[in-house]
Amino acid sequence: MGNKILEIRNLHKSFGNLEVLKGINLTVSKGEVVCLLGPSGSGKSTLLRCINRLEEPNQGSVLIDGEEITAHKIDLNKVRARIGMVFQHFNLFPHMNVLDNVTLGLRKVLGLPKSEAEEKGRLMLEKVGLGNKVTNKPDQLSGGQQQRVAIARALAMDPKLMLFDEPTSALDPELIGEVLSVMIDLAKSGMTMVVVTHEVSFAYKASDRACMLDHGLILEEAPAKEFFESPKHKRTKEFLSMVL
Amino acid sequence: MNLRALAEYFFNIDIMYRALPALLSGVWVTVKVSVTLMVFGFVAGLVLAVMRTSHVRYLSRPVNILIRLYVNLLRASPSLVLVVLVYYGSGFIGIELSAFWATVITFGACLSAFAEEIFRAGIEAIGKGQVEAARAIGLTHLQTMRYVILPWAIRAAIPTLTNSSIGISKDISMASAIALPELLKQARHIQALVANPTPLIEAAIIYVLLFFPFVRLTSFLERKRTKKGSKHI
Amino acid sequence: MDQLIDAFFNIDVLLRTKEFYLYGLTTSLRLIVFSGMCAMGWGLLLSVIRNSNLRFINYPIIVYTDVLRSLPILANMLLLYYALPFVGISMSSFWAATIALSLTGGAYYAEIFRSGIEVIHRGQTEAARSLGLTYLKTMRYVILPQAIRVVLPPLTTNTLEFIKSTAAASVVALPDILNEAMQAQNVTFSPTPLMVALVFYILVCYPLVLLIEHFENSYHKR
Repeated sequence: MGNKILEIRNLHKSFGNLEVLKGINLTVSKGEVVCLLGPSGSGKSTLLRCINRLEEPNQGSVLIDGEEITAHKIDLNKVRARIGMVFQHFNLFPHMNVLDNVTLGLRKVLGLPKSEAEEKGRLMLEKVGLGNKVTNKPDQLSGGQQQRVAIARALAMDPKLMLFDEPTSALDPELIGEVLSVMIDLAKSGMTMVVVTHEVSFAYKASDRACMLDHGLILEEAPAKEFFESPKHKRTKEFLSMVL
Repeated sequence: MNLRALAEYFFNIDIMYRALPALLSGVWVTVKVSVTLMVFGFVAGLVLAVMRTSHVRYLSRPVNILIRLYVNLLRASPSLVLVVLVYYGSGFIGIELSAFWATVITFGACLSAFAEEIFRAGIEAIGKGQVEAARAIGLTHLQTMRYVILPWAIRAAIPTLTNSSIGISKDISMASAIALPELLKQARHIQALVANPTPLIEAAIIYVLLFFPFVRLTSFLERKRTKKGSKHI
Repeated sequence: MDQLIDAFFNIDVLLRTKEFYLYGLTTSLRLIVFSGMCAMGWGLLLSVIRNSNLRFINYPIIVYTDVLRSLPILANMLLLYYALPFVGISMSSFWAATIALSLTGGAYYAEIFRSGIEVIHRGQTEAARSLGLTYLKTMRYVILPQAIRVVLPPLTTNTLEFIKSTAAASVVALPDILNEAMQAQNVTFSPTPLMVALVFYILVCYPLVLLIEHFENSYHKR
């Protein structure tokens, strides 16, 4: 129980012969916003995807709110319903309108009746600033709007933890701001978030802690101010100097 | 279901051995029919496709409509019904048709309808630029067809045509209904004689041996064409 | 020409053999609709099972699909109707035809659905599963609606071929439209009844042919 929403212990993941995660340890407390930074191929996306077991770890364990979700007899679907994930390419369902996208989980996973689900869905869409786009189809929206719908879709499930996999990397520059402001509001409201991102200014503003990943290991982990203003590890300094 | 019955009635080695020559002659008939009708069907289909895509003033519209009607009607007709109609009906208007020729004509016509569509798609897919370049040099329409368009169109059509050929070859078994002595008919014939369904099983095995490689090949090629499998778990 | 009309479009014969057609018509329609739904359902089921990648299930399905697509439909019907009774399993010609058509048709449909499923981007499944949707619900609400839309053209073509193949049931003594027409032909010594059978199939199939033409045209417009 207690405060630890996410605990990752000695996580290893290999793809064939390539070991991508070489023993990750990470703890995230309730309400914390943790950013994962690092160069391409460092394993940050893989790490994120291991948290809800979209990738299966080879070794180690993941605990959500004290429950070991990497154990065998786990109802993975139930676990996933309490974790929200936002993808780089949005992954909205193109054959449904925006409201149906947001309410699908409510209706088919949580079993809410349609009217209740739609009420909640509209609320979520209002929250991300898209209350007037309820009947639109995803292809009628801009990238930034689509990503905000994706965030609403994940939030509608009342998750304990939100995972963001490079949420703005596929967006045109002028659309990034609207998504980041939604994420900042979310952080302020006390959501526990793990964010893989290249947007260092966002990370600086919104995160409580930051981790530097490289070649499958966490090289440095520190409170945000310390991490960005006085990084200790050589690679962190190199990386930050390149992106800032 | 007991194993003794299976061995006796489905896999009777003695009958399998004795039936084999007849079944193989059935295979040979199937091959003869297939090859003949494929020649007719492909040539006819090509001619029709060329006619349909040629723009001759005043003639184009009616020709187009006629060919389209021919193709669509044939595509909507089951080969079994057609071959029965042709075989039995031909006698009534004074034409004597053997089962062989009834099959070749009917299935050949069906194949020509498919082939026309395939060739037409290939011809129409050729970029306009190539045609214009050829005409600009002074090639006539027919010459353009022969030297520029058709080589490409035919090459493009080969994979789909092979597919259709396999389908038609299997379909020839329908002609067993008009007593064409192909593989399935021979099997049924012997089965009736010996009151034992082993010949049917034997014929089925022969069909699988003959066609399985092709089916495997086409699905393998299909897989190569579409994107590398994205697993949904 | 007159001889042609008299032989193949003889009104008199047509009227005399009315009863044959009515019965044959309903039998054929029953067969087409029922076996068609079974074949599509079976094919859908096979493709969903195959996609789940459960251990050991893929290989048998692949073998099944390929073997069944190597056999002529008539052979399957004959096996079910004439061969099985020898080992104690006998069935009516309707059931022999339906089962044969469903098993064979299902194999073809399974391949088509499978290709549609594979084209859908993996991210769709990931998003659905991340919400907590089970594999089956993901297929039902997210993947299959998209996959089916993608493969509508080959689905239509296959359905056309399927409907035409149902005519083979006449060979295993099902009193369908062709069988009845052949009987009528024997009685009247005229091929006109056979024309009726042909016209029946053309009427049923022509809409599909037009639909396929429509798909091919819109594909080329791109």
